[in-house]
Amino acid sequence: MLNISKKTTSKFLMGALASITLMTNAVMAQTPQEIGLQIAIDTDKADPGWGDSTVNLKVIMSNAQGQQSIREMRLRNLEVIGEGLGDKSLSIFDKPRDVKGTAFLSHTKVLESDDQWLLLPALGRVKRISSANKSGPFMGSEFAYEDILSPEIAKYTYTYLRDEACDEYECFVIERIPVYENSGYTKQIVWIDKAEHRYIKIDFYDRKESHIKTLSYSGYNQYMEKYWRADKFEMVNHQGGKSTILEYDNYEFDTGLTDKDFTSNRLKSIR
Amino acid sequence: MIKNKYLIVLPKILLAAVSINMFSLNVQAGEWDFSGSVTGDVRLFPYSPAFVGQKKMTVSPSVAVEAEIVYEWNNYQDRFTFVPFARFDAHDDNRTHYDIREASWLHFGEGWDLTVGIDKVYWGVTESRHLVNIINQDDAVEDLDGEDKLGQPMVNLNLEKDYGTFSLFVLPGFREREFLEHDRRLSGPFRIDGDLATFEADSGNHNVDFAARWQHIIGDWEIGLSHFHGTSREARLLQRTVNNEAIFTPHYDQIDQTAVDVQYITGATLLKFEAMSRSGQGDRFAAFVAGFEHTLYGVINGRADLGILVEYLYDDRDPLLAPITTADNDIFAGFRLALNDTQDTSFLIGGVVDHENGSSFISIEAERRLGSDWKIELEGRFFVNVDQTDPSIFFAQDDFINLRLARYF
Repeated sequence: MLNISKKTTSKFLMGALASITLMTNAVMAQTPQEIGLQIAIDTDKADPGWGDSTVNLKVIMSNAQGQQSIREMRLRNLEVIGEGLGDKSLSIFDKPRDVKGTAFLSHTKVLESDDQWLLLPALGRVKRISSANKSGPFMGSEFAYEDILSPEIAKYTYTYLRDEACDEYECFVIERIPVYENSGYTKQIVWIDKAEHRYIKIDFYDRKESHIKTLSYSGYNQYMEKYWRADKFEMVNHQGGKSTILEYDNYEFDTGLTDKDFTSNRLKSIR
Repeated sequence: MIKNKYLIVLPKILLAAVSINMFSLNVQAGEWDFSGSVTGDVRLFPYSPAFVGQKKMTVSPSVAVEAEIVYEWNNYQDRFTFVPFARFDAHDDNRTHYDIREASWLHFGEGWDLTVGIDKVYWGVTESRHLVNIINQDDAVEDLDGEDKLGQPMVNLNLEKDYGTFSLFVLPGFREREFLEHDRRLSGPFRIDGDLATFEADSGNHNVDFAARWQHIIGDWEIGLSHFHGTSREARLLQRTVNNEAIFTPHYDQIDQTAVDVQYITGATLLKFEAMSRSGQGDRFAAFVAGFEHTLYGVINGRADLGILVEYLYDDRDPLLAPITTADNDIFAGFRLALNDTQDTSFLIGGVVDHENGSSFISIEAERRLGSDWKIELEGRFFVNVDQTDPSIFFAQDDFINLRLARYF
């Protein structure tokens, strides 16, 4: 979770997709679905090898009247490479102060449901929680849980729509439809810049097929001379005028985190 | 207030351990962290007391303070934590108490961690009763829900292996349970004098207890096996006559308790089971809690979560030879509603009903953050339809509502 720009795919899936790619490349006339999938694969491939990272996150929630509510947390992420496995992430809350010390551990899976645990620091209790909640709001924000899960390739079907300019970039525009259970969306329109395969914008369409939210990525920086990360994610809800900004600060890579830092046993004494 | 000498000795041992460690490793700038809360409570007892001489305490205020001081060094591989707690109660001198919740040194190794000092440990999966959770004594004067715990002196080693996490505990020094002052609300009809506590162990409250636990996650299953050998955290109450007054005094037996806790997760449902078998208090007896928690997501405007909790509680202990429990044959049902708004508004309503005599205990809780640093909480505890034979009959007039305002810093 919260590991928004991470893209891991299992080896077997990569293999399967690579063979599809070879086949489709051999055929001159690709369908929009094949092109869309290829863009998703290229976007995913632009990232692997990042290993582990830490970053500070500030969540700024605003309502229609402009009142703000702020949360601060530290995130630790670990890339996991293996069949059917996704990455691991840990979020440790610092503010608001009444939830300070609360921590959330997620083991992402590509095809199965994720494993998630919550540390309740007042009790010293680590509680397994259901990952079935995809469409509910993340911490009261305009981000749903599914918006901040890693965009594994197999979670969507894709259709290429067009090329167009977006902000200062030249973008691919693709439509993706969630195939996982419990999604709150019928479709998403995704703008990806052609040069570096970075997410620039996503339009979300709810179950009534109306355009409910727009997510914009900005402030891209390159780390380790390879990995692009956006500093700012802005989600605007078009129904009710609420918005949420995620501000990332102090990205660090190659921090020495290992599997042992992401176990439910370690979670009980995390801070 | 703190009667346990280990609480005084242990910080010294700890400081010694910490200073040795600091000097033996590269001297590296550590990191301090301070936080805490001040909480004002007002308890309202709307009904007249059941017993002659019991104070009315219609409006009963108290203030609690808790701080957390943490120092981390050695690239976060070492940590010292100090968490003092104190409550000042306007009406009950025994509820005015302080405790060191934590005062420990924690070291992370490669696949292991070691804690030396006062700490709290949580075991188990169920919500209505915490059968398996035995390391820490209840802070029984705080609340009725058994979720407030006294800090326990310990040496705890955890080993993480592919086949599970093994935890070993040496628990030097026993924390005695506090009892509310006689003639105060929720105290029952008799004087219980904790100062006259007796122990089966010759070493009294200096007995060294031991515990071990294995915990493993296998796919959607989480399994824990544990054993505890030492002084029962629950006291038996013995009737005595002191100064021509019939009073009760706590007696702490030596027990062996073996326990298992299992949880299975499927979709939005968690199936939970805890069971224990204990010897040392009359005949060996057993108890279990079994139930589920199911969550409905997106119930109000697509944003709120509604959790439904149902648990069955069984305990076959002999009430004449073992500490009294009300959870002998009971059903618990509860609802937890989280609005998932920016202020984390949530509600909890739960009730335990005795399957045989219908006696019920209803608990409601509501909370909401105010601004960024304040929180307001409302709690209600109600004894409903209490049967004359049920141990909770003593509290049948002691329904109360607690309004709490907390400032976090």
